[in-house]
Amino acid sequence: MGRSVTTQRKAFNTLFAWGIGLLIFFPILWTILTSFKTEATAIADPPVIFFFDWTVENYVVVQERSNYLRFLWNSVIIAGGSTVLGIIIAVPAAWSMAFVPSRRTKDILLWMLSTKMLPAVGVLYPIYLIFIKLGILDTRIGLVVVMMFINLPIIVWMLYTYFREIPGEILEAARMDGASLRAEIIHVLTPMAIPGIASTVLLNFILAWNEAFWTLNLTAAKAAPLTAFIASYSSPEGLFYAKLSAASVMAIAPILVMGWFSQKQLVRGLTFGAVK
Amino acid sequence: MGRITLDQVSKSFGEVEVIPPLDLTIDDGEFVVFVGPSGCGKSTLLRLIAGLEDVSSGEIRIDREPATHLPPSKRGLAMVFQSYALYPHMSVRKNIAFPMKMAGVPEDEQARKIADAATALNLTDYLDRRPGQLSGGQRQRVAIGRAIVREPAAFLFDEPLSNLDAALRVGMRLEISELHKRLATTMIYVTHDQVEAMTMADKIVVLRDGLIEQVGSPLDLYRAPRNLFVAGFIGSPRMNFVTGAGDRMGGAPTIGVRPEHIMASKESGPWKGTVGVSEHLGSDTFLHVHDTGLAETLTVRVGGEFDARHGDTVFLTPDDEKIHRFDADGSRIA
Repeated sequence: MGRSVTTQRKAFNTLFAWGIGLLIFFPILWTILTSFKTEATAIADPPVIFFFDWTVENYVVVQERSNYLRFLWNSVIIAGGSTVLGIIIAVPAAWSMAFVPSRRTKDILLWMLSTKMLPAVGVLYPIYLIFIKLGILDTRIGLVVVMMFINLPIIVWMLYTYFREIPGEILEAARMDGASLRAEIIHVLTPMAIPGIASTVLLNFILAWNEAFWTLNLTAAKAAPLTAFIASYSSPEGLFYAKLSAASVMAIAPILVMGWFSQKQLVRGLTFGAVK
Repeated sequence: MGRITLDQVSKSFGEVEVIPPLDLTIDDGEFVVFVGPSGCGKSTLLRLIAGLEDVSSGEIRIDREPATHLPPSKRGLAMVFQSYALYPHMSVRKNIAFPMKMAGVPEDEQARKIADAATALNLTDYLDRRPGQLSGGQRQRVAIGRAIVREPAAFLFDEPLSNLDAALRVGMRLEISELHKRLATTMIYVTHDQVEAMTMADKIVVLRDGLIEQVGSPLDLYRAPRNLFVAGFIGSPRMNFVTGAGDRMGGAPTIGVRPEHIMASKESGPWKGTVGVSEHLGSDTFLHVHDTGLAETLTVRVGGEFDARHGDTVFLTPDDEKIHRFDADGSRIA
């Protein structure tokens, strides 16, 4: 008896989990399906789910109308550049906070995090003006810098949490074993921190890739990444659901594929410090 | 080779002085144990010698060379940590090789020394494993191997056996003692376990609140503890402190008698009490005696078996030759 109850419960839990999973995935699935429909089928009511004439016409049109690769390249530069720059700044910051903390370290960390609580739109105007003055509006370098600052608190926090898991005694052992600071960093610190740095890089690359507020507001044509590419298909006039969907799929595909192959690292990154 | 001198060395963390200025000399080849309750500053003192903490004032010399401001890597000392502190991403071989790699030792010499250390420490079969795949005892051996190959001026041990189970601890204790006899290198060993201190040390340094309470050989401390603290800390079971024992007090407010220096009898003796708990170890019997009017509990160690149960009346006779007398400040009266 007891056992059958457990099995039933398991079955229920499994179904429930699948239900939730599908619910979350549904908008993405819908977008993918719609991207293969004609514009007429896309707005059909009641909606057609699987049984329609599949077409890749939308992808062809989207590719003809706008230069996908240029947007893709901008996304890569902005997400990649801001992540690399952020890591370069955050690694030493997190090291010092984790291994040589001062009395104010906790406060600084909280203060950094508190900047994430500010609504982005609250600083749009000043940042926009600064961008105009500096002449970096609609430039990739401007976006790289802004995205780096946006994500820096998260990068520092993640690295800090990760570094805190590295026992200080191991670093002390390296010092006792005759290692200079440089040797200690190269031979002991970095190899032990690589999984954490990798998770941080991945997560922040994804965050920067998906970020839409700043990329939409601070770019026009030259530096526009894939978020702007999607937005350009949500026009106020006419209904282009199918093409909008095709553009969306093209924009999220690279990051989805990357995320799929790095699941393990990502989960590790998201559950930092939660389990030992 | 490995003479270490501390001259008025002190350490403060912010406002708090954890080690007031102290002097200490550790001779070449000596096995010195720092012992004391937790928080007494013994580990801090070791870390000052290692260079892992900066001294607040005073001078440290290693082999007569000033070392106070040298980084740990330049002091020529090797350290074994309580947590082993092995490099988890390296094999045992690479862990042991690491200090030699840092020192630029040629590869063939590295290989030879690793083989020697592995043989001495029974690690030959484990050289290609990662630390995570080893037991606690094996990990501690790797840590010791990593220390040996450096051929340091002195070994520093920071509670190296605390993470091991009791049986393994006794075995490793002997191994470390044998290592000391074989290498004849200075060793400084920190522990809170007075049994480790007594069995391993040439010289024991008893610390309390950052102050050195007494320095001496294990038997010096056992025979002539300088104050109540040392008397209570060294020896197991603990020394009995007695007040109000008439003529035996010799005018002292407190006297101390070790459990092994009290004879127990069922018939007669100057002190009378009731057995609370009796612990039968076969080789010895420990009696915890109440209601003597001298102390809350008197612990008595009787050689062999002694038939006593809870509630039995026993008579106790202290060995008058071996009574320790302490004045009102707790200092020994000679």
